[in-house]
Amino acid sequence: MFRIGVDVGGTNTDAVVMDGARILAGVKAPTSEDVMGGVVESLIRVIDRSGVPKEQISAVMIGTTHFTNAVVERRHLARTAAVRICLPAAQCLPPMVDWPADIREAVGGAFWMARGGNEFDGREIAALDETELDRIAAEIGAAGIATVAVTSVFSPVSDAMERRAVARMKQRLPEVDFTLSGEIGRLGILERENAAIMNASLRALSHRIVAAFGRALEATGLSCPYYITQNDGTLMSRDFVQAYPVLTFASGPTNSMRGAAFLSGQANAIVADVGGTSTDVGALVNGFPRPASTTVDVGGVRTNFRMPDVFSIALGGGTRITGEGDGLKIGPQSVGYRITEQALVFGGSTLTATDVAVGLGLVQIGDPSARSRMPADLAAIKARIDDMVTNAVERMRVSPAPIPVLAVGGGSILIPDRVGDLPVIRPEHFAVANAVGAAIGQISGEVDRIFSLASISREEALATARKEATEKAIAAGARPDSIELLDQEDVPLAYLPGNATRIRLKVVGAMHG
Amino acid sequence: MTPISRITRADMAPIALGGAFLGTGGGGDPFIGRLMAEQAIDATGPVPVLDVAALDDDALVVPVAMMGAPTVMLEKLPRGDEATCALRALEAVLGRKADAIFCIEAGGLNSTIPIAVAAAAGLPIVDGDGMGRAFPELQMVSMTMFGIHACPMAMADEKGNALVLNAIDNLSTERFARVVTVEMGGAALIAFYPMTGRQAKQSVLRGSLSLIHGIGRIIAGEQAANRNPADRLARDLNGMRLFEGRVTDVNRRTEGGFARGQARLDGLDRHAGCRLTLKFQNEFLVAEDETGAPLALTPDLICLLDLETGQPITTEQMAYGFRVIVSGMPCDPKWRSAQGLQLAGPGYSGYDHRYTPVEALTRQKHTIDMEDQA
Repeated sequence: MFRIGVDVGGTNTDAVVMDGARILAGVKAPTSEDVMGGVVESLIRVIDRSGVPKEQISAVMIGTTHFTNAVVERRHLARTAAVRICLPAAQCLPPMVDWPADIREAVGGAFWMARGGNEFDGREIAALDETELDRIAAEIGAAGIATVAVTSVFSPVSDAMERRAVARMKQRLPEVDFTLSGEIGRLGILERENAAIMNASLRALSHRIVAAFGRALEATGLSCPYYITQNDGTLMSRDFVQAYPVLTFASGPTNSMRGAAFLSGQANAIVADVGGTSTDVGALVNGFPRPASTTVDVGGVRTNFRMPDVFSIALGGGTRITGEGDGLKIGPQSVGYRITEQALVFGGSTLTATDVAVGLGLVQIGDPSARSRMPADLAAIKARIDDMVTNAVERMRVSPAPIPVLAVGGGSILIPDRVGDLPVIRPEHFAVANAVGAAIGQISGEVDRIFSLASISREEALATARKEATEKAIAAGARPDSIELLDQEDVPLAYLPGNATRIRLKVVGAMHG
Repeated sequence: MTPISRITRADMAPIALGGAFLGTGGGGDPFIGRLMAEQAIDATGPVPVLDVAALDDDALVVPVAMMGAPTVMLEKLPRGDEATCALRALEAVLGRKADAIFCIEAGGLNSTIPIAVAAAAGLPIVDGDGMGRAFPELQMVSMTMFGIHACPMAMADEKGNALVLNAIDNLSTERFARVVTVEMGGAALIAFYPMTGRQAKQSVLRGSLSLIHGIGRIIAGEQAANRNPADRLARDLNGMRLFEGRVTDVNRRTEGGFARGQARLDGLDRHAGCRLTLKFQNEFLVAEDETGAPLALTPDLICLLDLETGQPITTEQMAYGFRVIVSGMPCDPKWRSAQGLQLAGPGYSGYDHRYTPVEALTRQKHTIDMEDQA
């Protein structure tokens, strides 16, 4: 059976057809204003080029930056009710307290706080007050708000309060979408609540996008299931992405890194994805992107879900170069998608990084006679570009081991053949690495909570966590026989006796079929 | 550092950054306290800052703090007035109102929370603290050296529970209070070490708030100029850059309710081929070179900054692959007394090293390196 991977980027929509581990065809099409037009075009072209009959395609995996862009641009966000189950604790900092004003306005800024929540060891801070929840539900209904984010204190340790609160409010608000913070975020209530509120505000958009992807497949004549890729390179089913759109936030860089790993056969490497405007540099550890260790801002809002650790520099194929010698400036401006008009090799009048590559004979694009209009000392410019790349790669390097640098993306010719002491690999199909990354997505299950090691051993706690994560992965559609441990860490909690330990653990497995 | 005379909303970002640096790896992220203080300042206006010397001799001065696991407080945020409740409970026992409050530690969450309390209570805050850094236990303060009692001590939680402790000495206070903290959900707000202005003048480490604020401004300024703050901080604080390297192993374990462990760092650039071991108990306490010789020892400050961003790094954040600059800063001279070293020297935390000031250790190492080259 065959799989299709699609990556919907800001500039291009890429698609590949794969037969197991083999890439049969890959195409790039411009992303259309309505998005779906570009998806349909890339699907039709890639299927046509592969020669595979449509009915033999078993699944389509889609990576999209829609939801990230909606938050960054503050567009398509629904008015949201934030309900925090915490009283009498946590009144001092209300929901959305540290949000930029424009995004708080975009989601309406409405919040309620109610009695309840748990302590770190599962004890109740206060009992849930159903009368209070009924009043809140009535007020949400009267305000005409259709999506609610519910956050209870210590819900990653004990999620019963969130569930009971939602069940109660649903009685009065049967048509409303509910997002439970414990299902998407980790410990750290403000960051988890932020993620839950953003998720809730994206639910309506998510329903529309998922439906539109369905129509795009239908218009192409495909009847197979389709999946959306999430931050960690694993897949979400259609229903799952409708419920948890925030989990797609960093899927773009993740897909290009996973794709690079797959195309090169390297599981531990640095990946440099060079686009038109910027270069994203990340690190692969055992085939998956290394997650960022600190809180990650999305559109100015602090979140704490797993995002790949990506370092971006303003260097791409369209990067503008001015001055010479001590006055030499590389970027940060780029001519972007106008490169085909403005770059010297395309008859324009702007010196770009692509011109430098052509002038040095690294690549044949456009008009080679444009060399006469370039500065004499192109090697000096290239040396500076190489320095930028080297610094970014060194930043992401995690061990002295001589792991390779994988150069992918349309502008990857700018990466030198060696970066410091590291060899560079340019895999085949490097330009569509992100679509390949989408096509090879896996199913995951994750656990992150505090265990008391007073009565059980660390090994027993890890085994319990692994069992829970495995059950989550199977519930999400993973084949039980293919599940393996991806990552685990345990951090003893300062000051708490009874050996309280926070265990984070993740398993992955192949998708059914 | 330039003395600060009042704290406005705009001062909270640098204070949180400076507090994270002086946290020496522990004490929790000051972020929550910063947000609380910003809200309180918005409601009641800037907080006046008093120099210790400006206190009346018979004024009542009380430090307030969060005690317990910072990770708990990042999840179970305070109701907001717990510290004020603790302060009121203490005042009731003492039969008089506090005239000023201050920070018990200059690092971590407790560098920002008292500012929120001062704003809410309408009290000035004293420009000083009891540590000049962060330490894990409540008796590890300069007040203990001057015979000032932690008790009576008040503790409060968000449910309205308030307790007053009367323990025989400061170490006993720590032990009883730790148990109550767990019962209160892992974190409690406390008011303790009630003292007169005269006692404060004698025991408080002077100028800590101005120091935190100044450090934060330096870090932010250097970050904005794309320079790592380590050099400028070392120069301004009479400290030294000890090491530049990559974390290659972190080994953590829990003992007696504290996160202990050690990290190994492999050198980069001019430290290439060298190795550094950091030993921590919530805070970084010992830095050793590859031969096991100490480069910095508690109570001197061992501070980590991210090599690229210049952000302070905590022991809980530290993970394989982090690239950091390790700096050593001399502690307040009070800590270098016999009493100070008994309270917070390497021996108290179970390390064999005999305390030697960081500047002397650096000089020794430099001399040995020169001899090796000769």
